[in-house]
Amino acid sequence: METIAYRRRAADKAARALFALSALLVVLPLFLIFFDLLWKGARELKWTLLTDLPHPVGEPGGGIANGILGTLTMAGLAMAGGIPLAVMSGIYLAEYGRGKFAATVRFAVDMLAGVPSIIMGIFGYVLWVLPMKRFSAWAGAAALAMIFIPVVVRTTEEMLRTVPQSVREAALALGIERWKTTLFITVRTATAGIVTGILLAMARIVGETAPLLFTALGNQFWQSGLDQPIAAVPLQIFSYAISPYEDWHDKAWAGAVVLIGMVFLISAGARYFTRVKK
Amino acid sequence: MENALQVKDLCAWFGEHQVLKNITMDIRRNSVTSVMGPSGCGKSTFIRCLNRMHDLTPGFRVSGDVLFDGRNIYSEKIDPVLLRRKVGMVFQQPNPFPRMSAFENVAVGLKFNGKKRTRSEMAEVVEKSLRMAALWDELKDHLDRPGTSLSGGQQQRLCIARALAVEPEVLLMDEPCSALDPVSSAKIEELIEDLSDKYTIVVVTHNMQQAGRISDFVAFFLLGDLIELDKAAKIFTNPADKRTEEYITGRFG
Repeated sequence: METIAYRRRAADKAARALFALSALLVVLPLFLIFFDLLWKGARELKWTLLTDLPHPVGEPGGGIANGILGTLTMAGLAMAGGIPLAVMSGIYLAEYGRGKFAATVRFAVDMLAGVPSIIMGIFGYVLWVLPMKRFSAWAGAAALAMIFIPVVVRTTEEMLRTVPQSVREAALALGIERWKTTLFITVRTATAGIVTGILLAMARIVGETAPLLFTALGNQFWQSGLDQPIAAVPLQIFSYAISPYEDWHDKAWAGAVVLIGMVFLISAGARYFTRVKK
Repeated sequence: MENALQVKDLCAWFGEHQVLKNITMDIRRNSVTSVMGPSGCGKSTFIRCLNRMHDLTPGFRVSGDVLFDGRNIYSEKIDPVLLRRKVGMVFQQPNPFPRMSAFENVAVGLKFNGKKRTRSEMAEVVEKSLRMAALWDELKDHLDRPGTSLSGGQQQRLCIARALAVEPEVLLMDEPCSALDPVSSAKIEELIEDLSDKYTIVVVTHNMQQAGRISDFVAFFLLGDLIELDKAAKIFTNPADKRTEEYITGRFG
């Protein structure tokens, strides 16, 4: 009896340690990456990074302010167009989507969410850059929106499905019309989850590089209009990193810290919204 | 008219499965009618037919008539949304709206039914409804608390207040006490008796003692058939049908 109990407890502890170790290994890279970036970017991490334009090679200082503004501009445009479309589609799938059409849409959205981002870039190039004959913020935003939308459609649908049927029934039984029930009761109940999904999708597009290479192109100066090439933080990191210059490499590391910082802030916002849920 | 609802030859199906068979019964105005029977007898399905809650259930189908104020609620001309404002419902599990305060929970039906109301008019209706649901004294200083933070019994009374706020004529209650403790159940029962002066109440229950305490009339359902409908006293002392007698004496169910 006693030996069996001893072995059982040992096995239990071993299993628990194994799971905990796996969890630790999973998050370890995040800390490694973060401290490595801080270490290597330290030389260029100054306030001017956030406020100045890039400086020419060999000239110390300078920043990626134009990239930050460009990233926010394109993410903002992508979200302004993408959120209404994606949330309404998610509502359709969750609240009305029973038939074949909905099943097809659901499948297509999943496919779309799985398309590699470089392909979204090429698609944006063919669809916007070629006809307009120039790289532009619009084209970059469109490519980002195509990544953003499918993610938000599916999270919106999932979040609405977590709303108990009894909530919808209670509203209908009060003589509230179905569309009002959906919009003002069901969606309201799921708002925290939907906002979280939107923020996580935003964190994702803020860091995307590939779709912007063929659409936004990048820019060493302030943007001169939405129909012109535009800078973005990931693009700036990319061009610094592939350059042959030592000081540009440092700037690439510092830029990466800024990018991680932006993603961190957005994710923290998402956490906040899930917190206040109850 | 002395009957609030008249049900004639009501049949209902989920897909191929028939759950209600030719139900014909009248529901007396301003009285409490209990629908009693063992699980699966169709009692919940039956009262959900009275405010067309099954409209959105795929594969659900009815035949026959349900007359409310003399008009068939299943006719093309009836808007189920307007019907449900006249025939309210309280569910088995208390289901206050999450992320809404107690006040909003009660006000929500009015807020979305089209007519503009001022804040003070709203507050008046909320107070009146909460008083009718015997919840005002407990809740008047906590109206901004989330509805879901109340106790189970309070939540159910909040749901009753919410249903009363849109001023229905009929109140359908689908096992309103089965998720509650005995003390909370007693409060709801008392409330049902008080409300029956002004409202027509139909209560589903599988609790015979409860049916006996609160009802003016009792309908006994078995496997989709209405076996017997009579005054409560008659059903419990001298039922006409042998199956009713067997059920109330606890021989099955």
